[in-house]
Amino acid sequence: MRYDLILENWQLFASGMWMTLQLTLLSLAVGFCIALPFGLIRAKSNGFGSKLINAYVYAFRGTPLLVQLYLIYYGLSQFEWVRDSFAWVVLRDAWWCALIAFSLNSGAYATEIIRGAVQSVPEGELEAAKSLGLSPFKVGQLVLIPSALRRALPQYGNEVVFMLHGSVVASIITIQDILGVGRTLNARYYLAYEGFLTAAALYMALAFTLVFIFRQLERRYLGYLKVSR
Amino acid sequence: MENLIEYAPLLLRGAVTTLSLALAALVMATLLGSLGAVSKISGGRIVRAIVFTYTTLVRGVPDLVLILLIYFGGQRLINLAGKAMGGDYIELSKFWAGVVAIGFIYGAYLTETFRGAYLTVPTGQREAAMSMGMRPQQVLRAVTLPQLIRFALPGYANVWQVLIKSTAVVSVIGLEDLVGLANDAGKSVREPFLFFAAVFFVYLFFTWVSQTIFNAAERRYALKEHGDAV
Repeated sequence: MRYDLILENWQLFASGMWMTLQLTLLSLAVGFCIALPFGLIRAKSNGFGSKLINAYVYAFRGTPLLVQLYLIYYGLSQFEWVRDSFAWVVLRDAWWCALIAFSLNSGAYATEIIRGAVQSVPEGELEAAKSLGLSPFKVGQLVLIPSALRRALPQYGNEVVFMLHGSVVASIITIQDILGVGRTLNARYYLAYEGFLTAAALYMALAFTLVFIFRQLERRYLGYLKVSR
Repeated sequence: MENLIEYAPLLLRGAVTTLSLALAALVMATLLGSLGAVSKISGGRIVRAIVFTYTTLVRGVPDLVLILLIYFGGQRLINLAGKAMGGDYIELSKFWAGVVAIGFIYGAYLTETFRGAYLTVPTGQREAAMSMGMRPQQVLRAVTLPQLIRFALPGYANVWQVLIKSTAVVSVIGLEDLVGLANDAGKSVREPFLFFAAVFFVYLFFTWVSQTIFNAAERRYALKEHGDAV
């Protein structure tokens, strides 16, 4: 092990870490914005819109993230009308393509999580709210959504770690995230262990931090549902 | 479209590679998972600590990082060993590097799946079976195992669905699997979208077939209610 080379390149790793965090958190945020309305529609209706959303969820959960990323980054450049359109500024950029692919992917998984959480809210909670004279909109805003989001916490925590781990494929399309830096070290100095072991340790640290944060959130927001032993 | 038909045999070969890799990795993960679960349940303190370290560390590291570490790191290790023994340059198999990495990762997840399933089988049932004079192997075969399969199946199905999708990243070390071959072919005929769309649907087909098979298996091992048709 050449620790000096890891230390020498600490700035590279720090910027890689920032890149990974940025991509992961932004994708999660966009994915969540997709998933909240979609999850509610999936849970509450069975119409055409719900079926369409189901098709999206099924397609993005049933295929590898790498293939989705390739489809957007390499695939779309096949069409001349895409290259001529105003969207090309965004679609030729690796970072934007990664963000789009990750957001759509996370949106699909989160939709399913929120659908399950909404369906697991006890009917009694909603009836109690209705009996207090709340309008359907207020029931949703004050009771259904907060209660569902609390119940979604454990699974959503898994999704967050899953997205962090999934974001490594960004390094394949030349983005300098944590693994991207590790691969650069491997290519530049032929140092497999230094680059990849450091990357592994950094991902592990991030994953455990996220798990810890979600455990605290669960204790704070879900504590009342845990049976005291 | 003609290009896709022309390249169909190539893509089929890639799909076979992907599927073999996934199945080989599943076998390894199942073995590791069983071993890990048994150690966690009935091992001594040191064995339990080793398994705990394995399941905890592996679940913190992304699949691609481990694949690259095993492929490039293993290559360097082999070269060093080869040089020390005066042997020739040995090239590490990309296929087996992928199998080992993916099997190693999902073995950690299956350890937890199997352990959880074992703990769900009530202790009273094993005790009842033993009190009737059954030997430990008989208890395992007639009481514990059938229920363990029932409780473990949903988790097992889940791990398989994630596992088969993670085989896609093995193409990064240059394995000629479905994704790798489609990438090459799509670039050479300048129709990447078409080829990746094909890959997309092949994976969708894989997950759909797996889901169907696992649903049937779950029905087969489900608790039969009184009056149910068997």
